[in-house]
Amino acid sequence: MKEDLETLIAGLERRHAGSVARLISWAENRDPRIGEVLRRVYPRTGRGFRLGITGPPGGGKSTLITRLAKALRAQGERVAVVAVDPTSPFTGGALLGDRYRMIELCEDPEIFVRSMATRGSLGGLAAASEEALDLLDAAGFTYLLVETVGVGQSELDIARATDTTVVVLVPESGDGIQAMKAGLMEIGDIFVVNKADREGANRLVSDLRSMLRLRTGQEGPRPQVLTTVATRGDGVPELVEAVATHRRDLEESGALEAHRRSVLKQRLLGEARRELLEHLERDEDEGWEDLLDRLARREVTPHDAAKSMMERLAISGKAP
Amino acid sequence: MDLGHLQQEYERWKARAQEHSKDRDELMETLSGHPNQPLYTPLDVPGFDYERDLGFPGEFPFTRGVRYNMYRGRLWTMRQFSGYGTPKETNRRYHYLLEHGQTGLSVAFDFPTLMGYDSDSSRSLGEVGKCGVAVDSLRDMETLFEGIPLDKISTSMTINGPAAVIFAFYVAAAENQGVDPKQIRGTLQNDILKEYVAQHAWCFPPGPALRLITDLMAYCAEHVPQWNPISISGYHIREAGSTAGQELAFTLANGLEYVRRGIAAGMDVDSFAPRLSFFWDCHQDFFEEIAKMRAGRRIWARELRDTFGAKDPRSWLVRFHTQTAGCSLTAQQPENNIVRTAFEALAAVLGGTQSLHTNAMDETLSLPTEKAAKIALRTQQIIAHELGVTHTADPLGGSYYVEALTNRLEKEAYAAFKQIEERGGVVPCIEKGWFQAEIAESARKYQAEIEADKRVIVGVNAHVEEEKGLEIPTLYIDDSSEKTQAENLARVRAERDERQALAAISDLRKAAEGTENLVPHLLRCAHAYCTEGEIIGTLKGVFGEYHEPAFSL
Amino acid sequence: MERKIRVLVGKPGLDGHDRGAKVVAAALRDAGMEVVYSGLHQTPEALVTMAVQEDVDVIALSILSGAHMALFGRLMELLKAQGVDDVLVTGGGIIPDQDMDALTKLGVGKLFGPGTPTGEIVKYIRTWFAGSGRAGQKAGA
Repeated sequence: MKEDLETLIAGLERRHAGSVARLISWAENRDPRIGEVLRRVYPRTGRGFRLGITGPPGGGKSTLITRLAKALRAQGERVAVVAVDPTSPFTGGALLGDRYRMIELCEDPEIFVRSMATRGSLGGLAAASEEALDLLDAAGFTYLLVETVGVGQSELDIARATDTTVVVLVPESGDGIQAMKAGLMEIGDIFVVNKADREGANRLVSDLRSMLRLRTGQEGPRPQVLTTVATRGDGVPELVEAVATHRRDLEESGALEAHRRSVLKQRLLGEARRELLEHLERDEDEGWEDLLDRLARREVTPHDAAKSMMERLAISGKAP
Repeated sequence: MDLGHLQQEYERWKARAQEHSKDRDELMETLSGHPNQPLYTPLDVPGFDYERDLGFPGEFPFTRGVRYNMYRGRLWTMRQFSGYGTPKETNRRYHYLLEHGQTGLSVAFDFPTLMGYDSDSSRSLGEVGKCGVAVDSLRDMETLFEGIPLDKISTSMTINGPAAVIFAFYVAAAENQGVDPKQIRGTLQNDILKEYVAQHAWCFPPGPALRLITDLMAYCAEHVPQWNPISISGYHIREAGSTAGQELAFTLANGLEYVRRGIAAGMDVDSFAPRLSFFWDCHQDFFEEIAKMRAGRRIWARELRDTFGAKDPRSWLVRFHTQTAGCSLTAQQPENNIVRTAFEALAAVLGGTQSLHTNAMDETLSLPTEKAAKIALRTQQIIAHELGVTHTADPLGGSYYVEALTNRLEKEAYAAFKQIEERGGVVPCIEKGWFQAEIAESARKYQAEIEADKRVIVGVNAHVEEEKGLEIPTLYIDDSSEKTQAENLARVRAERDERQALAAISDLRKAAEGTENLVPHLLRCAHAYCTEGEIIGTLKGVFGEYHEPAFSL
Repeated sequence: MERKIRVLVGKPGLDGHDRGAKVVAAALRDAGMEVVYSGLHQTPEALVTMAVQEDVDVIALSILSGAHMALFGRLMELLKAQGVDDVLVTGGGIIPDQDMDALTKLGVGKLFGPGTPTGEIVKYIRTWFAGSGRAGQKAGA
């Protein structure tokens, strides 16, 4: 495959799968050329609608996404899916198992699916997920679906990176309490109780509705709670409608723009943080070994040592 | 016997033994991971009650065997699984095997046939005749059994998803030979529950698949009474990587589920249970395998009589076929596999099997050559005639070790039954991927033990030889079957009465949408020379197609 | 972070025996690779779509059914048609020596029979990767 930048960017604009995929890899691998690519294509981002789908494992998210993607396609949308799975902290490897649960999507060449491993990122998204979304956005996909497993802190990441977050729960995992603990209640814009033909579904729906009434600090209408049986496609048209309605509300009220601005702010801070850390970890910046020594000898507090590092950076004038 | 005194003496001996002798550095566990003690004594079978726990062969609880005089009366059936290429080629191999002393036929089908596709389907690319014989229609079945009178031979057919269709072809072929279905003897594997769990050769979702099975059970009970409509299988579960305990538990759980379904379909348990048969793997842990087979008989007998209230003693029986473990064979130094298979076969005989398939040495490389297949058959004949093990039922009964193992495996099985029940039963466990996860974990563990050299496999991680390239000839299956079968199919379609075929298919579809027994319709389709792909395609249209469920790897 | 090797473990054709494929997938994951598992009964067309979208470095097929010539053949054809020329195609299963030679001529890499320690497969992939152009794609410093 031709690896030159021009060919790949041209390919991206045509939504040529190989080009899109290779550029996403460049982002994942922090290829030095990706900066130039993003510079060129970033102006074209912002048109695609980013929909996050999260929830505890076993909820049937992949099946639901399959149905959702097909329904959106039927409406003429161009759909891309990014499925994120955790990298093992012990082996550094990952089993990217969402793909085979969405296998039907392979039949439609217009749907692009990419599996990404978190690669050490602590949140639910891979460090490069946002760049991948930018690339897919620039390529002209109109709906960008992002799937992550919502446990621990990760769902906060997905809310910060997308326009709308759908939280998927199922009756048997005793999700009511867990959702509250996990913070899923705060970040969901739409809640879906999947496998709604199972026992306990109705109770979960009413529990969720009560909990959402208690949710404070948010503006706008209370989030909807929907039911689906993804394997049968039940409830999917309603979900599509709910997403469309939510999107419309966001756009018309100006909330989308405000939200995106806040998302970009998080992005900016995140990138800055990453740049700074990388800079500090680079060997070139020798001279903080001595700081480390002083710290080990307890001659300086960690906080002060960090401040010293920052001052040294500023003085040296080294822009990361 | 004074167990208290024995206990003292045992402790004394144990201390002495540990003082004076040191164990070699080797993993001393059964294949299932249970530690083996240096010695087993009456202390290891507390509460042993001969009449309750063992009984007599041919009588409840059948621990010692299903027939009164076991192999003194009749040897096990030497039933070598076989099939490849076109029906004509396999027919030739069947004649060869029958001439050389095989006593029952066993049909291996190719993957398109196993999955319900015709040989000329695009999904069949490269697969026709490779793993078994291609059977697309009644014409192929007739060719397959050309010159073999179906009232004189018993045939086992290893097929699951489309089993009912292939069964219809067989019955129709027999009828065309002038044989009354009441005289047909044999077994259909038709165990769809284990497909979802292990072998993955499915067509429809569980609901409709089970309906087809109960239809078949009911039909056979009335019209083909000598036929075993299901072979409840542990082999595939074992080959997928489970332990002996899991094989025992999951297989029996599936069996009990079929019993439940049969009763739910309105049948009296004694009308179909006598014809349920089983299929075990026989792996390398010699004594564990024997214990597994004994435990299997005891558990099933108890469940059928006491839990399901079956009154006919034949309902309480585990009659079973065994195959030596394919997954124990190595590609390296293939002649060694003759030895492995021989020991596994012996264990199966000591375990009381009714029918046995011994693997050929070259099966990790290809389908067996004639010579390798013959050696496999001779292995059984030597066990049957030269070793003296057939003169007495359950020769290892009463061995403290074997009885302790039997008890332990039984306990394990009941613990697993409980776990299955807690999760809602067999089908919910399948949907949740519970069986699959358990099996995958055992497989992973086993592989890790081999790679860490904790488990020794001669030729693989010990006594390894420089591979000089294969020194035994292997069977090479080329792609000609695909072409031949495509031609055969075209001929069948051209020569049949198209209107009759369409009418049969249409009636089948209507019946599938309802609740009547589908087997008579399948027979009609068979006689009209509808192809397997056409029939299964029609049923998929009504029942839907099954896709692997989504759960963690 | 060092460049991760991405592998598609595929089960093409009708054969449903996936014990080997799953064991290899887990072993590759344990060796630090990112593994996409295709699931059962995939067509070569679907596998190539996956391989391209996931931009994998390696495609590893597990074929025990004897259909390897047709399936590998079709896969290589499709990869060529899509201009994919920098991917290692490997795999395992029941494949006679004479066919292995024929497949090598088609551009397929080394194939592994039953009983191969997973470590060997890991080593093979890593060695290939180090020597291929793809390792040159630097992970960000």
